[in-house]
Amino acid sequence: MATLFFSYFAGVIVLASILVVALRNPVYSALALLIMFFHVAGLYVTLHAEFLAAVQIIVYAGAILVLYLFVVMLLNVKRDERYHAQYPLGAVLGITILTEVLLLIAQHSFSKETATASLGATDGTLAIEGNTETIGEALYSTYLFPFEVASLILLVAMIGAIILAKRDLFEAHN
Amino acid sequence: MVPLSYYVILSAIVFTTGLVGVLIRRNIIIILLSIELMLNATNINFVAFSRYLGNVSGQVFVFFALTVAAAEVAVGLAIIIALYRSKSSINVDEFQLLKW
Repeated sequence: MATLFFSYFAGVIVLASILVVALRNPVYSALALLIMFFHVAGLYVTLHAEFLAAVQIIVYAGAILVLYLFVVMLLNVKRDERYHAQYPLGAVLGITILTEVLLLIAQHSFSKETATASLGATDGTLAIEGNTETIGEALYSTYLFPFEVASLILLVAMIGAIILAKRDLFEAHN
Repeated sequence: MVPLSYYVILSAIVFTTGLVGVLIRRNIIIILLSIELMLNATNINFVAFSRYLGNVSGQVFVFFALTVAAAEVAVGLAIIIALYRSKSSINVDEFQLLKW
């Protein structure tokens, strides 16, 4: 049953990611990415990370993708050539890297996956506490400093985005 | 229970698809979308390992990676808007002022 869910989510994720790269219209690519985001959130739910699934949908599908669609519709570009002139080189490089990574994974034994005893213990604690509480306890105690730095990153990104996209920054007001 | 290597293989496939997308597309917006693909692939990897090692730190890191991805998208799209304003094109081949 778990394998069925995983194979559905994984299949749609791979298909959607290939469509993102291959489609001609940028709006269609953004919509394929939306499908991918939803199925990644489904994959997180099967991995018992429900809070991350909700955050993924809210942030990625609800904010980042909407921003992309705004910019695509703002720029309103005509259709032009899809692929770079050097696309055979890119495809060969991609196939080479994928083959190497798959070979690396195939010859390495993931020994922890057979240790179901330890998995049972954490299953118990997660069932008691739930995913949100567990993340909250780790985020606000051990990872408090990175949390504050993340808020600084967002502030800097906001300032940078406003200044970069602003028109007539140094001209006098008429 | 699904073996951990399945998740790592899925993450590798999505990451390589995003990598090939960055290399072979000409539209800057599609290049940024492919970067989001790569970030999502690493997030899948982190969450899978966090589940199988019983450590919540993987999910906390996904939280921060999500934050950084959102910030990067905002700044990247602002750069694209500034580029379009100066050149009226979002074809990567046409931005070659730095080429000697």
